[in-house]
Amino acid sequence: MGNVLANIFGSSPVMPLEKHVGIAYKCVSELEGFFAAAVKGDWDKASEYRDRIIQLEHDADDLKKKIRLRLPKSLFMPVPREDLLELLLVQDKMANRAKDVSGIVFGRKMAIPPAIADEFVDFVGRNIDAAKQARKSVRELDELFTSGFRGAEVTLVESLLEELDQIETETDDRQAALRASLFKVEKDLDPVNVMFLYKAIELTGEIADMAERVGRRLELLLSH
Amino acid sequence: MEAELIYIGLAAAFGIFMAWGIGANDVANAMATSVGSKALTIKQAILVAAVFEFLGAVLAGGAVTSTIRKGIVDSELLVGSPELLIYGMLASLLAAATWLLIASRNGWPVSTTHSIVGAIVGFAAVGIGIDAVQWGQVGTIVMSWIVSPLLAGFIAYLIYRSVQWLILSQDDPLAQAKRFVPVYIFLAAFTITLVTLLKGLSHVGLDISLAASYLLATGIAFIIAVVGMVAIQRIKPDPKAEKKQHFYTVERVFAVLMIVTACSMAFAHGSNDVANAIGPLAAVISVAQTGVVGAKSALPIWVLVIGGGGIVTGLATYGLHVISTVGKKITQLTPSRGFAAELAAATTIVIASGTGIPISTTHTLVGAVLGVGLARGIEAIDLRVVGRIFVSWVVTIPAGAFLAIVFFFIFENVLP
Repeated sequence: MGNVLANIFGSSPVMPLEKHVGIAYKCVSELEGFFAAAVKGDWDKASEYRDRIIQLEHDADDLKKKIRLRLPKSLFMPVPREDLLELLLVQDKMANRAKDVSGIVFGRKMAIPPAIADEFVDFVGRNIDAAKQARKSVRELDELFTSGFRGAEVTLVESLLEELDQIETETDDRQAALRASLFKVEKDLDPVNVMFLYKAIELTGEIADMAERVGRRLELLLSH
Repeated sequence: MEAELIYIGLAAAFGIFMAWGIGANDVANAMATSVGSKALTIKQAILVAAVFEFLGAVLAGGAVTSTIRKGIVDSELLVGSPELLIYGMLASLLAAATWLLIASRNGWPVSTTHSIVGAIVGFAAVGIGIDAVQWGQVGTIVMSWIVSPLLAGFIAYLIYRSVQWLILSQDDPLAQAKRFVPVYIFLAAFTITLVTLLKGLSHVGLDISLAASYLLATGIAFIIAVVGMVAIQRIKPDPKAEKKQHFYTVERVFAVLMIVTACSMAFAHGSNDVANAIGPLAAVISVAQTGVVGAKSALPIWVLVIGGGGIVTGLATYGLHVISTVGKKITQLTPSRGFAAELAAATTIVIASGTGIPISTTHTLVGAVLGVGLARGIEAIDLRVVGRIFVSWVVTIPAGAFLAIVFFFIFENVLP
């Protein structure tokens, strides 16, 4: 009879969403190795990381499309469908930014001035931390659904999101400091390269911004 | 009379076939969650279902069977021509079975109960006369088709909200679960036993007083709750499968409760659905044997036994396949949610069985699941299926009636 009980359940987006944020984070985390190689000028090594980043960003896009296809309007969920789709979108943007940054740096074989190299690498690391915290928070989705978005689990997730906010604020501060450091030495550098350096810093900072937006979207889910 | 044997034989064949189908298809409603959550193996589930479906059919199935047998058609009008009832009941069985076959081919969520009742109303209204139908009773039955999913949904909502409040949203859900699940076990066993004792056992000839019923229900429930508590104590958290909130282990605690509600659901299903197969058979037998449409003749218990046996055969042969198929698709119905839905559905169904009203057990369970969904307990419900259920409510009665009328006229002209 195509048993009614079997068909009453639609495909749940929760696990796919958790899987997607995992892929997005993995993509962002490859930037650590990428920049370690780029700073040394080892473009062969960097190209390996670049290829992985491209592949992971592609995988994230594929999964994003699949999730969207399986979320029809006729699905009745404890939270609005639009909120879940928005969450998916900003998760995906973390991976997109990672790809953009690696693209700019790799495409120009960008020379990162030794004066700011360490600070830059630390800055990248902190943005990756933000993405990691976003992944940690999204991975609580299934537990949130189980607890009906109430009680102790919500408190737990809220504390995770607060931490995420702090990390993002820190990256903002570091970004300002990094720009200041670059400003000090920019006269001695090739002007075009400097402009793209500023652009690379900006794009990297957006990773933490996107991570914070993931946190915002989760907060919206909690507030229902 | 030779004709008598033909009629009884035909009716038995159709009836047993219907019972087989009922067992095969619907067993998954009660047992699939227990199997899916590994509370029971498939073999254990089939055994449990067989025992409780049979008990439900024999102990508590009498009232609904009586309704199907003589509560819908007014037997006064048939005094002069009892064979019309035989043709009609045979036609109804065949019509319901045919409609179910068509529906399952097309994947429509059609109910056995709706089909058989629609068929009987159809042949009686058209084949005999509008006055042959006891419209008051039919009206009550149709009302209950709307009320039962709503009631089950409401009860499920309340039960699941209580689970969220007491256990799932607390700081240490595992400790809370170990405290409260035995209470839920007690309440589940108590409710089902009590309703059955108060309402359902009249056809078995057992007459238990009100006070004795309460005492007996309390006693049985207490024993079951203690057994449950022992099983729960044995459950240890598995650190690898866990995150901070221990929900995985919490679900294993609820799985113990699920076994109790699965038994209740199997019992309830047997009590209400056996009538769909056996009611018409009982009517045919009593008319064929006595030659009279007597509304007063008692329901022989062996008819219920045949029905129960048919259901058990169905679930033992084809039910295995259905359980594993369904079990894979209802993974969202974890034990904490499944128990709320099943307990709500089982309670509603057992009340209906006791009152002698045939309702759709499947649709009642769906109503209960929706109730849990409204309590924000289900991740994703496909509302298109719900829509199709509504459509089937409207379409099944005319369809069953039409087929029954066609078969009725065929039988009238073909059978001796």
